[in-house]
Amino acid sequence: MNERVPVIPMLWRQTRAQNRAFWRVPIGAFFTLGLPLIMLVLFVALFGNDTLDSTYGNIKTAQFYAPGLAVFAAASATYTNIGMNLSMRRDEGILKRVRGTPLPPWIYLAGVVLSGVWIALVSTVVMMGIGVFAYDVNIEAAKMPAAALSFLVGTITFALLGVALAAVAKSASAAPGIANSTILPLAFVSQVFISLGESRDVPGWLNLVGNIFPLKHFALSFGQAMSPFSKAPAFEWGHLGVMAIWAAIGGLVAWRKFGWDPVPGASSRRARRANRAAVG
Amino acid sequence: MAAAIEVRDLVKTYGPARAVDGVSFSIDEGEVFAFLGPNGAGKTTTIEILEGHRERTSGEVSVLGFDPATGGRKMRDRFGIVLQSSGIDRELTVREVLDLYRSAYTHRRPVDEVIGMVGLEGKADDRVATLSGGQKRRVDLALGLVGDPDLIFLDEPTTGFDPGARRRSWELIDNLAGLGRTVVLTTHYLDEAEHLANRVAVLNGGRIVAAGTPAELRDAASTETSITFRLPTVDSPLGDLLGSLTGRVTGRSREIEIVTPAPTADLAHITSWAVRRGIELEGLTVSKGDLEDAYLGLLADEQTDVE
Repeated sequence: MNERVPVIPMLWRQTRAQNRAFWRVPIGAFFTLGLPLIMLVLFVALFGNDTLDSTYGNIKTAQFYAPGLAVFAAASATYTNIGMNLSMRRDEGILKRVRGTPLPPWIYLAGVVLSGVWIALVSTVVMMGIGVFAYDVNIEAAKMPAAALSFLVGTITFALLGVALAAVAKSASAAPGIANSTILPLAFVSQVFISLGESRDVPGWLNLVGNIFPLKHFALSFGQAMSPFSKAPAFEWGHLGVMAIWAAIGGLVAWRKFGWDPVPGASSRRARRANRAAVG
Repeated sequence: MAAAIEVRDLVKTYGPARAVDGVSFSIDEGEVFAFLGPNGAGKTTTIEILEGHRERTSGEVSVLGFDPATGGRKMRDRFGIVLQSSGIDRELTVREVLDLYRSAYTHRRPVDEVIGMVGLEGKADDRVATLSGGQKRRVDLALGLVGDPDLIFLDEPTTGFDPGARRRSWELIDNLAGLGRTVVLTTHYLDEAEHLANRVAVLNGGRIVAAGTPAELRDAASTETSITFRLPTVDSPLGDLLGSLTGRVTGRSREIEIVTPAPTADLAHITSWAVRRGIELEGLTVSKGDLEDAYLGLLADEQTDVE
């Protein structure tokens, strides 16, 4: 076996298999895609889709809900989905099985990441599409490259953080708890559900928390590309930069800590150490 | 014949526990080699070190010329690994799973051929989640074969199978051996080891307590022979016979068993005693213990060694 690894076909197969497995579990697809959509419908129903007259023309409030919820859906499709799926597959021994085949481990993980990005893309397109067709959301072609770049950097960041989550969570039962207790509170301070606006009175420490973590930067960079007030091309390099730092952190944690074998008695420290030794 | 696997002084410790405690063996190409032993004997630890799934603490290990700790992709390309328990992507169909895993190997067996080999023709397009435990195990087996491996590891391959499926798997493993593939398996079924393996190593407490062909094990372990017979009446006294025998006499009413290291002499005493008294000994049998006796004897010896 001296020929080079056929990276692209292998990656394609892995991504396709991961993607297939995702859509075949209706409950997972619902939480990732359905829930944010329901939230969009609820937001519009509760808070109205008022028209604001401005120098930029008539703007509907859904113009601000839809991008925020699209970002939330994209983060769920990557971070939450990957973190939970990988730790579940590790518990089931699927990852150990994969490790015993000649498939390069990084290709397996890259397939997981790419499939997460693809699911996020579907979620985002559906979310923005419903915004456009049902709630008069405007999309400006000139800002689309910025939207695409924000989407790409954001989803890769959250996908890597999802792999890191699975590396830190030692069992499938721990993963959803960690995922939800991080992403949900963060969403409230990250301009995802509510557009806090830079000028409004938000406690300083909440602003700080929002600024430290990547979700707000994802929401703001994507939101700017969808905002009627921004100037094309609307690239937000600062926000993208913060996300890139988090991508590096996620990648580093995944690289250092990711284990392929199920952790026997995940709660006991000794078993964990033994497993780490065993995985080596 | 060249050695497919060579292991010298293999040790694996978990903290103070020595899961594998100085094991040496060598397995030839084309051989079917079985590790036999009770739970916790070190079978899985040993086989997973050979597979590259676990790192050893010390010792020399060579598998197809690779050190499994560093062999990587080239080595795994020649392995077929059936783990003791590991999940399969539940949402995919049998065919999809086989196709997916198969794609990582250089040498690939056609998916339909593999499905036929394990007898899952009727389930090829069913999702793995809908299969029974035994059927999933056959998918495990199929996944171990899709890469057309030179060396196949089977960790308790037929645990949980019904007798028919077990026979079928045995045939399959026999066929693989017939094709010159090397098979390393663990089992706690004696009949499985006896049926499949050219050679058996009995593991207990992390050590090899006996190794050889199934026949050699039988001979080596049971140095004693058992002589059994039935007395014609309940009250036939053994009387002076007891004093002349070397073996231990046990028995309940008419059924007598004599376990002896000197079967020839004891048998002579018994028969001449019976002839003198004009007694016909019903069901007179002389037998060497079977593999099960040998195996249990080995484990019992080991137990006393430890204590």
